[in-house]
Amino acid sequence: MSAEKNANASWIDKRFPLTETWKAHLAEYYAPKNLNFWSFFGSLAILTLVIQIVTGIWLAMNYKPDAALAFASVEYIMRDVDWGWLIRYMHSTGASMFFIVIYLHMFRALLWGSYRKPRELLWILGVVIYLAMMATAFFGYLLPWGQMSYWGAQVIVNLFAAVPVVGDDLSVWVRGDYVISDVTLNRFFAFHFLLPFVLAALVFIHIVALHHVGSNNPDGIEIKDGPKGNRWSDKAPADGIPFHPYYTVKDLMGVVVFLAFFSWVMFYAPTMGGIFLEAPNFQPANPMLTPPHIAPVWYFTPYYAMLRAVPPLWGSQFPGVVVMFGAILIFFVLPWLDRSPVKSIRYKGPIFKVALAIFAVSFVVLAWLGMQPASDLSTLLSQIFTVLYFAFFLLMPIYSSLDKTKPVPERVTA
Amino acid sequence: MRKLIIAALLLLSPTLLLANTGGPALQSSNIDLHDQASLQRGAKYFVNYCMGCHSLQYMRYNRLAKDLGIDEVTLRENLLFGDAKPGDLMENAMRADDQLKWFGVVIPDLTLVTRWRSPDWVYTYLKSFYVDATRPYGVNNLMFPLVAMPHGLSNLQGVQEPVFDHHQAGGTPVVVGVKLVKEGSLSPKEYDNMVRDITAFLTYAGEPIQLERQRLGVYVLLFLGVLFILAYLMKKEFWKDIH
Amino acid sequence: MSAEGVNKMRRRLLVAATSVVGAVGTGYALVPFVASMNPSARARAAGAPVEADVSKLEPGALLRVKWRGKPIWVVHRTPEMIAALASNDPKLVDPKSEVDHQPPYCQNPTRSIKPEYLVAIGICTHLGCSPTYRPEFGTEDLGADWKGGFHCPCHGSRFDLAARVFKNVPAPTNLYIPKHTYLNATTILIGEDRGGAA
Repeated sequence: MSAEKNANASWIDKRFPLTETWKAHLAEYYAPKNLNFWSFFGSLAILTLVIQIVTGIWLAMNYKPDAALAFASVEYIMRDVDWGWLIRYMHSTGASMFFIVIYLHMFRALLWGSYRKPRELLWILGVVIYLAMMATAFFGYLLPWGQMSYWGAQVIVNLFAAVPVVGDDLSVWVRGDYVISDVTLNRFFAFHFLLPFVLAALVFIHIVALHHVGSNNPDGIEIKDGPKGNRWSDKAPADGIPFHPYYTVKDLMGVVVFLAFFSWVMFYAPTMGGIFLEAPNFQPANPMLTPPHIAPVWYFTPYYAMLRAVPPLWGSQFPGVVVMFGAILIFFVLPWLDRSPVKSIRYKGPIFKVALAIFAVSFVVLAWLGMQPASDLSTLLSQIFTVLYFAFFLLMPIYSSLDKTKPVPERVTA
Repeated sequence: MRKLIIAALLLLSPTLLLANTGGPALQSSNIDLHDQASLQRGAKYFVNYCMGCHSLQYMRYNRLAKDLGIDEVTLRENLLFGDAKPGDLMENAMRADDQLKWFGVVIPDLTLVTRWRSPDWVYTYLKSFYVDATRPYGVNNLMFPLVAMPHGLSNLQGVQEPVFDHHQAGGTPVVVGVKLVKEGSLSPKEYDNMVRDITAFLTYAGEPIQLERQRLGVYVLLFLGVLFILAYLMKKEFWKDIH
Repeated sequence: MSAEGVNKMRRRLLVAATSVVGAVGTGYALVPFVASMNPSARARAAGAPVEADVSKLEPGALLRVKWRGKPIWVVHRTPEMIAALASNDPKLVDPKSEVDHQPPYCQNPTRSIKPEYLVAIGICTHLGCSPTYRPEFGTEDLGADWKGGFHCPCHGSRFDLAARVFKNVPAPTNLYIPKHTYLNATTILIGEDRGGAA
């Protein structure tokens, strides 16, 4: 791997920086040598995005965005199109997998303090990606035109109606009709088709930002600030190793394990017991009849539980809507809430560890509560865990500066 | 740290959602989708007893014949009626607005009934009709109160009467079960088997590919197992440089 | 961290093995995507053989039936029409039907199983229009020696009553004769013969 100058630069390199790009982002991109399995989820997220885009385009070849035909066209794909069932299950499983991977990817960032300086913008771009993903998933969930699709969209779009003054007009504008209808389905399809490409562009920018600041690691130590010189380059960080081949071969291992889990779901539990594909969605949308129990898909249920936790104030659902969107938007300011002198959880004190554990548990419990039919008990629990969820963020400036941290070593630990 | 990992894993756990929506207990249908004879009988019963009203509008006759091992002659003689062709969908000639006029409801298509209700529900439902003189067809159903259909299999099953719970506070007794008071042309055991066959067939029709999908999955997972071993060895080999 | 200990052979072998197995897997993963673009069960059902009842088809008349979305002509040729076919031979591109546009059992002077019934796919071999049926003999526009046939409205190609193409017209070859068979004296099954479906 000696530094060959551009003596025999290829025909392409004179016209396009192929070798240069390869080096800058793979062969000579130096990632910390101590990355563990938590770092798999970034590359897995890209893989899932690719799977979703490819299967999505193939589904679009047979899907009909028309209220009279949509449901039947999905069954047509499942039965009449050769291998259509596999492509459809890949897409429906892929949607849930995407969120699993992204939630773990975000949790990794919380563990390693990857939202801290100099990665604030990288983190913010990530939250934007998360928002775009949620929008894509929301639009996509209407497309099968089943009962859950219909009533889920009905409930979520009605949230806009809670906005003071302009709410009613706003929700009608979003739907293009007075109820969720053919018009809504048609435009949701258009957005569902468009957004993944926006997502791909955002991912590209996210990676540009990552490669500019460099990858974080489980120690939260900046390898760029450490000593220089490794066996590949005198100028590279001593604790850095080339992404290719070391992390490509390592990520490949992660990819295979991930695909095995993905395949297991796809071939043996495509509905995942009614979580990935909900049972009421096997009934065509019926605007006259709401199913006995409706809930959004699992990846939205934490926020749905928060929405239901807030009682209407002054005769308006708006406070609940604010809390729900606030729960997502609060991620944007996270970089400025953490006052701890250290980044990684490894060197943080007990208070932060407990706080993060409570936060993670709250998120999971809220997700579960969001799937349950509303009851007095579940509302009370939702309220408690909503408060805990927000406390993690809002109290962070206090507890993170009070916390007793451990000394951070000079170099990454092996 | 460990706790956090466990918490994250819990997020993925499917066992979290075992929400029971209440209502009468379901009986286990014990269907076996590998039992082709059962599926064939179920298809025959469905076509003869149910399809007069209920369609399977996403299912094709020839797909059914292929998957269930029914040859073309048997298909034409036993399952195809009128001018239906083998490639046709198992649709019903009745139009939705006619159904609404004649029966007061749109008769549900049953292709996906086992997917949104569950096989056990269908099995229990078919066993839960009871006489109720207040209903237009003289029957009601424990699983589906105020059901708007007649008991199409009553000649076979016989007559069931409701079992009331009189201890309920508030007056009106609640139907909590059914009991057979007059046997039909089938014994209770024979009737159970028949209903099981119909349930098995409808479960097949809900997702005709399911057996094939489970069969394929093994090969995919085995392949990924081999690929994992290679990827693992390759990773270990390269990482000798680092460690 | 020493490069000397590296077993280059083993490394190359593992990379090659993983790449080959990975490529095979990718190949298999592509199969569903390619195969899903084939005609679906619905298209295959719609493309199933169709039956044509010719019991009420009068001599000289044409019946159109739809098979795989295309018009199929069934013409009940009169004895005069059959007799006149041979006189077209010198003016035709392929009078003996040597180009493989018909099942073997229709490679005969009338291009049919029974001389009185022509079964043909009514799609011009030029650019896919459906020619017009012109059964009359000797017309103003098609000439005095016209012995009945088909005239394509798009680019003027002409075919005789055995669906054979005339010389000096845009269409290069005879019209296609689909596989067909007689279920009984007056019922023709189009799209399938005793050898199997098309």
